[in-house]
Amino acid sequence: MIFSNKRSRQILRHAKPAGGSSSPNCHHLFSWYMIFNLTELLLFHRQEIMKWNGWGYNDSKFIYNKNGQAEFTGKRYRLSGMIIPGLRDWMESTFGATVQHKTPATPVLNTSAVQPPTLNEAFVEGIKSTGIPFSHDPEDRVFRSHGHCLHEIFPLREGKVGRVPDMVVWPKCHNDVVKTVELACKHNVCLIPFGGGTSVSSALECPPEETRSIVSLDTSQMNRVLWIDEKNLTAHVEAGIIGQDLERLLNESGYCTGHEPDSMEFSSLGGWVATRASGMKKNIYGNIEDLVVHIKMVTPRGVIEKSCQGPRMSTGPDVHHFILGSEGTLGVVTEVTMKIRPVPEYQKYGSVVFPNFEQGVACLREVARQRCAPASIRLMDNEQFQFGHALKPQVSSIFTSFLDGLKKFYITKFKGFDPSRLCVATLLFEGDREKVLQHEKQVYDIAAKFGGLAAGEDNGQRGYMLTFVIAYLRDLGMDYFVIGESFETSVPWDRVLDICRNVKARIVQECKDRGVQFQPLSTCRVTQTYDAGACVYFYFAFNYRGLSDPLHVYAQVEHAAREEILANGGSLSHHHGVGKLRKEWMRETVSDVGLGMLKSVKDYVDPNNIFGNRNLL
Amino acid sequence: MLKKRDDFEDILEERRHSSDLRYALKCYTPVLYKGLSPCRASELKSMVLQSDQLQYVINQVSKEMGRTAEEVQAEASTILDEMAHRLQISTVRFFAFTLSKIFKTLFRSICVNEEGIQRLQQAIHEHPVILLPSHRSYMDFLLMSYVLYTYDLSVPVIAAGMDFMGMKIVGEMLRMSGAFFIRRSFGGDKLYWAVFSEYVQIMVKSGFAPVEFFLEGTRSRTAKSLTPKLGLLNIVIDPFLKGEVFDISLVPVSISYERVLEEALYARELLGVPKPKESTSGLFKARKVLSEDYGSIHIYFGQPVSVRALAEGKVNRCQFNLTPRHIPRKPGEEIQSFVNDLAYRLVRSQEENMVLTPWVLLAFLLLQNQAVGNERGMSLDELTEQAAWVRDLSRQFGAFLHWPESLCAGGGDKQDVLLFFCSPLESEMPHSAMTSEEELLNRAVIILSCASYRNQALHLFIRPALLAVAIQAASSNKKQEVYNSFSFLWNMFSNEFILCPGAAVQDFEEACYLLVKSGALQISQQEILVSGRGHRTLAFLANILDPFLEGYQVRKCKFPIEGAVELS
Repeated sequence: MIFSNKRSRQILRHAKPAGGSSSPNCHHLFSWYMIFNLTELLLFHRQEIMKWNGWGYNDSKFIYNKNGQAEFTGKRYRLSGMIIPGLRDWMESTFGATVQHKTPATPVLNTSAVQPPTLNEAFVEGIKSTGIPFSHDPEDRVFRSHGHCLHEIFPLREGKVGRVPDMVVWPKCHNDVVKTVELACKHNVCLIPFGGGTSVSSALECPPEETRSIVSLDTSQMNRVLWIDEKNLTAHVEAGIIGQDLERLLNESGYCTGHEPDSMEFSSLGGWVATRASGMKKNIYGNIEDLVVHIKMVTPRGVIEKSCQGPRMSTGPDVHHFILGSEGTLGVVTEVTMKIRPVPEYQKYGSVVFPNFEQGVACLREVARQRCAPASIRLMDNEQFQFGHALKPQVSSIFTSFLDGLKKFYITKFKGFDPSRLCVATLLFEGDREKVLQHEKQVYDIAAKFGGLAAGEDNGQRGYMLTFVIAYLRDLGMDYFVIGESFETSVPWDRVLDICRNVKARIVQECKDRGVQFQPLSTCRVTQTYDAGACVYFYFAFNYRGLSDPLHVYAQVEHAAREEILANGGSLSHHHGVGKLRKEWMRETVSDVGLGMLKSVKDYVDPNNIFGNRNLL
Repeated sequence: MLKKRDDFEDILEERRHSSDLRYALKCYTPVLYKGLSPCRASELKSMVLQSDQLQYVINQVSKEMGRTAEEVQAEASTILDEMAHRLQISTVRFFAFTLSKIFKTLFRSICVNEEGIQRLQQAIHEHPVILLPSHRSYMDFLLMSYVLYTYDLSVPVIAAGMDFMGMKIVGEMLRMSGAFFIRRSFGGDKLYWAVFSEYVQIMVKSGFAPVEFFLEGTRSRTAKSLTPKLGLLNIVIDPFLKGEVFDISLVPVSISYERVLEEALYARELLGVPKPKESTSGLFKARKVLSEDYGSIHIYFGQPVSVRALAEGKVNRCQFNLTPRHIPRKPGEEIQSFVNDLAYRLVRSQEENMVLTPWVLLAFLLLQNQAVGNERGMSLDELTEQAAWVRDLSRQFGAFLHWPESLCAGGGDKQDVLLFFCSPLESEMPHSAMTSEEELLNRAVIILSCASYRNQALHLFIRPALLAVAIQAASSNKKQEVYNSFSFLWNMFSNEFILCPGAAVQDFEEACYLLVKSGALQISQQEILVSGRGHRTLAFLANILDPFLEGYQVRKCKFPIEGAVELS
């Protein structure tokens, strides 16, 4: 443990050029795992580098290699090219998913399966005259017809395509969007804004009842950082920019936003605003609503924006809050002024092992009470701890594996932790070196009071890596009869343990009641702490061998799980949003009057339902 | 209608053939609740005293009464000391030994449905379990713990009345075998209520042991199920409603005695002789019961009932979202009616699994015969014939009969019938040297005892009986008319018998179904007609209700029909 600590600190020091301004690739979480390639995402045809029926980059995926061992392909991530010896066993023992039972995906899109576009000729002519690029190529349209819900991806893997946008347009700036929206209003076509396409709430699904021509408004070409204001520490950015590009561009000037949602490799700034996104490091930087200073949005009524950049205003209800979370139902966010921070001097991972989940939650609660949460603090339950363990890449030296063995012995035998109950918290500290070390001590001291043992940086880092590769892992699962998904909620502190237990148990019970033949994976982690509560993230997956309609079973179980969340005092969503997937619960969530308020805003701003994705309301 | 029921196994059988001492000292490793965080009985107390719930009430009480929080806390601690059990395995073993000796003397057999035991074992592993036995005798809770120990299941913690605590030594021993004592009434005492409910809930939540209590609240002196008391049921399901446990299994247990120990005592109590106070010396004096034969006992562990499954769609658990869960609140209407329905449902399933002996059915016949003023009794042949008839009828109604083989054949063995109906009353036979007053009292005791036996099977006949009387009383054979008078009777007797609230229509339909099935009635769209052989059945059924109608003094008056529901 000591060795690895020292080593990574050395790496950090080496990587940092003298003089304080840090190299763009060293402080950042991604720098550990991936190599950026900005230009790739500027491509209009993202399907050329990204999967059309799965997560992430075409070249990165989990496979079983010739020797039957799991391997992560590609070169982008730190895990890329590595063997993961424990994964196959884990897949078999957790799901009963064996190599013999394969369900491979359709490799290429059969474009004849895609409905020919219903075009609004007048609109097309209008777009042509503005010079805004557009396309009705089936591949472009299919790529923008979905997010990443299971029920969106699963049929695509089988080559089944439902309603897709009839046309894609790529406005290059705010004014292009204004023109597009005006044309859409004039010719009554339905606009669906598309940012990164990482939605997990069915928000991008084309409403099947929509009879007008559906136009996907792809914001990816609006990706410039327009200016950086170092006096006020703000940056003005076009809303189509993808998370990783934004960070990289700001890093070049020595700044960052610190907003790092798990999807930041692919999700866009506009998407964050439209869904009220939350970043991993919100404890330091805040969630998206804390980060935005100014928003410009184009609606059918015109452009909405504030007249100044005052840091706080008392001017009636904050109009930003009509925009934040509007999920593309009111208009297109085109430009955002965001707070920025100097890139932190020092970053350090950490982890703590607790004898059980209860103790872990108690510790997180105490950390929140003392308001000393690190940039990120997450608590995984035992199942996820074991999962994380299964994802350990092959160790390079006998020495490391010896150390691992020693650690395990110390925790389970010497400290008497039950391997089937213990759980682990992963930590990320950021800031001045001095302060980070001080902060680290404070947190470890609190952890010790709850029986927590410091378990090293490696475990912490691996925990965060898991976040980025888990989405890839779902594709591996689907190759072998395993389907799964994640969903989240936020809940008051006193309910955290109850909701975790009950929702996990509900999932297991529902699977059993609905004839799932194998024990499901039902696991959770606490991913964010707040003064008054926490965000809880659930993962749920099962082997669907023997089921005639796995998607239906899946949907029923997820529905039941959400009911359980609500019955246990959890919120409808912490950061995924409502989309169409969770619409049915909106009324009880915000009350009749609340829903009426939102409806009246929609009616005023977009009376003809031009932004007709039918999310939220 | 006929339910598949499990077979019984006599647990005394083995006790008669192997060492009781070895049995008491056997290796005892019960299956535990999977979510159990192991703790000792003494730790429970500090968990209760430090709980948010109790602390909240302590502060509230101290503000209201102007006392210091420490004083109130000390009082809470005293209440808890008075209440708490001190379950320890050595005492359980002691009871296992002595009870083996006693039970072997008292009873011919103690029969248990082993499949029920297996279901219970599974339930204990999965969720916190609440055991809900019927309550006919003091023996009930001893038997329950004895049976669970025998089958290597966790012995329960039992809510017992304060009366037992007064018994020297015995009270403490009961405490050490898992009994906790609650006051019979503590209406306005907020602190007591808080300590009590928190104590019970902590045991439920932690899965410390199955919690056992009697829905009926007290022993039924008449063998007729009492309407359920809801206090404790409310308390135990609260952790589920508030999301503190995933689910709770409620297990109804039916304990049927061929003859209860308190038989004569109950009859006297009903006649106004005060109940003897529970005392150790009293218990000692009662040892004469050991010389008598109390026949067999049947214990049927019913299907565990999932509170979660039943609450689905009936209780909106979100109602606890907006106030801290530790602040005590009166349950809302929705919860009250849910708990009420639940309680009735549970008592009904206790009733359904009660094992009925031939003597219970004979009691119907003898009492009906006696009621028509037939002083001389009835001939054995006649009784035998009628017994067989009632047996067949009750089978059609789904009775859980324990009818010995020898009685089954054709006309039945007369000698057996005689034996059966004589033995329970033998001890009550009047002696020659008695004043006429004593003789009268003794006679009353016999009638009442007999009535108690009859009552054991009332649940079987109550719905058809209500219908039979309704048919007699209705001015026409129109279905709606009959239903109206049925509904009147149903409402009137809703506190007398276990009739699930709001289920008048279902009960009516059930009664119709049973009587059509047994060939007594023919029912068309509009009309209800009595068939030729139905008259005997209806007369028998209507007679059952006679004493109750008399008791309510509605025999002569015309039923006022009000608030009658239109039958669909």
